[in-house]
Amino acid sequence: MRAGTAPAGRSGARFRAVALAVAWRNLHNYFSNPSLLLPGLFFPLLFFTAFAGGLPAVSELPGFDYPAGYTAFQYAFVLLQSAAFGGVFTGFAIARDFEHGFARRLLLAAPRRTAILAGYGLAALGRWAFTASIVTVIALLAGMDVGGSGVDLFGLVALALLTNVAAMFWAAGVAMRARTIQAGPAMQAPVFVVLFLAPVYVPLDLLSGWIHAVATVNPATYVLAAVRGLLAGEGTHVGLAFGLVAALLAGLGVFGLRGLRKAEAAG
Amino acid sequence: MSSAFPTQVGNLARRSIVRTLRQPLYVVPSLLFPLMLLAVNSSGLRAATGLPGFPADSYLDFALGFSFVQGALFTTSNAGTELARDIQTGFLSRLSLTPIRGTALLAGHLAGAVLLGLLQSVVYLLVGIAAGVRLEAGAGGAVVLLALALLIATGFGALGAALALRTGTGEAIQASFPLFFAFLFLSSMNLPRNLMEVDWFRTVATYNPVSYLIEGIRSLVITGWDGQALGLGFGIASAILVLGLAAASIALRGRLGRT
Repeated sequence: MRAGTAPAGRSGARFRAVALAVAWRNLHNYFSNPSLLLPGLFFPLLFFTAFAGGLPAVSELPGFDYPAGYTAFQYAFVLLQSAAFGGVFTGFAIARDFEHGFARRLLLAAPRRTAILAGYGLAALGRWAFTASIVTVIALLAGMDVGGSGVDLFGLVALALLTNVAAMFWAAGVAMRARTIQAGPAMQAPVFVVLFLAPVYVPLDLLSGWIHAVATVNPATYVLAAVRGLLAGEGTHVGLAFGLVAALLAGLGVFGLRGLRKAEAAG
Repeated sequence: MSSAFPTQVGNLARRSIVRTLRQPLYVVPSLLFPLMLLAVNSSGLRAATGLPGFPADSYLDFALGFSFVQGALFTTSNAGTELARDIQTGFLSRLSLTPIRGTALLAGHLAGAVLLGLLQSVVYLLVGIAAGVRLEAGAGGAVVLLALALLIATGFGALGAALALRTGTGEAIQASFPLFFAFLFLSSMNLPRNLMEVDWFRTVATYNPVSYLIEGIRSLVITGWDGQALGLGFGIASAILVLGLAAASIALRGRLGRT
């Protein structure tokens, strides 16, 4: 029986089964292989340690008016960075699955192939949840102040979570087109550039010159400002940030799905 | 034997240089990434020059030194990966059947890393000068800066070779990259040590040898001729080179003995 003619309930169950199986396999590989687990954890922790430990003096500059302190200021950046890279690293896993031939067998076996993408998306969320938990515990142990309420923190997590899925769609789109791990830099470099062209070290108002001009039009600036604002209990650009992430999610979702179609067509 | 040694080094050096220059994936990222980080940091942290006691009027002047050390990190990775490939493809085993000397093998192999290090350093310096950096130590300082940067790149290249000879796999070299990256980030790359407010971070940066490599190069740009900073920079870079070569020689002897 073709999936398209199956009753809606059965079709949904098959979708769930494929998505959960793909997610479980990906997460199992991730947690049982230190060479996959450690880099995803290492870089956010390194950035957090280096920036929050090495640069607090910057918060004494006139005009630096973030109330939750420099540790929280950098935690917000690292949280967003870990979310984006959790998605990108899932793209690496997709490329590896294509190189080893597993993804092609998966395409043959799955009754609804969009479930494969959903499975990788769930895996990206699982990876990020683990990294974010570790980074958060370390930030709290380092004395991070949290000024936001429960609702604010829910919004913060939601923004990071949507960023994670958007980055996964981007990396999956590239991985399914290239179908080789050699496309890793193409998945990683644009995300890295967009994140670091946001106000990483100081607020936007303290930037000047070309970086201020670039940061002003960089969507990541407003998402980062919203995450920092929610952490401190201030509503800064929250609506704009959710709108930008939703638009990004929609655009990159289409990019990811079209990548899946291209992978199907390639056979 | 004495006349054969330069020939052996020359042949292996030519192979190493050609192989390095033929691979854009080695040359381009090692030039672009440090310059990109320099652009982002020098603009993003420009306001830090307003901190009381900051030693430079321009953050670009302060940050330029880091690019040379970051570029040298790529040398570690490239030199190690190439040697690991020689081990994995059996080239080193075939070479061990010839009367080549181990020192010639190491010296020839490092030639590609040294050349790439020199190329990177010249590019960083020219880009810095084009962007407005003025060396307080003048033209002579530029020569000393390039010499120090080359020594650092060669030392890091020797460490990469030692790692490759010890492990024999490119994956191990790539896996070591984050460790070297941590040494870079936990140093005085972003702020002078006396302006670091967090005690433990300042302690880590003080014990981290990479801080002194950066500060040695930085001193030529923002201070002029600072004997202490240069002495520490050249001393630590030389120590890294000696340690790297010693570790590589021991690992090479063990590997050739097993062949």
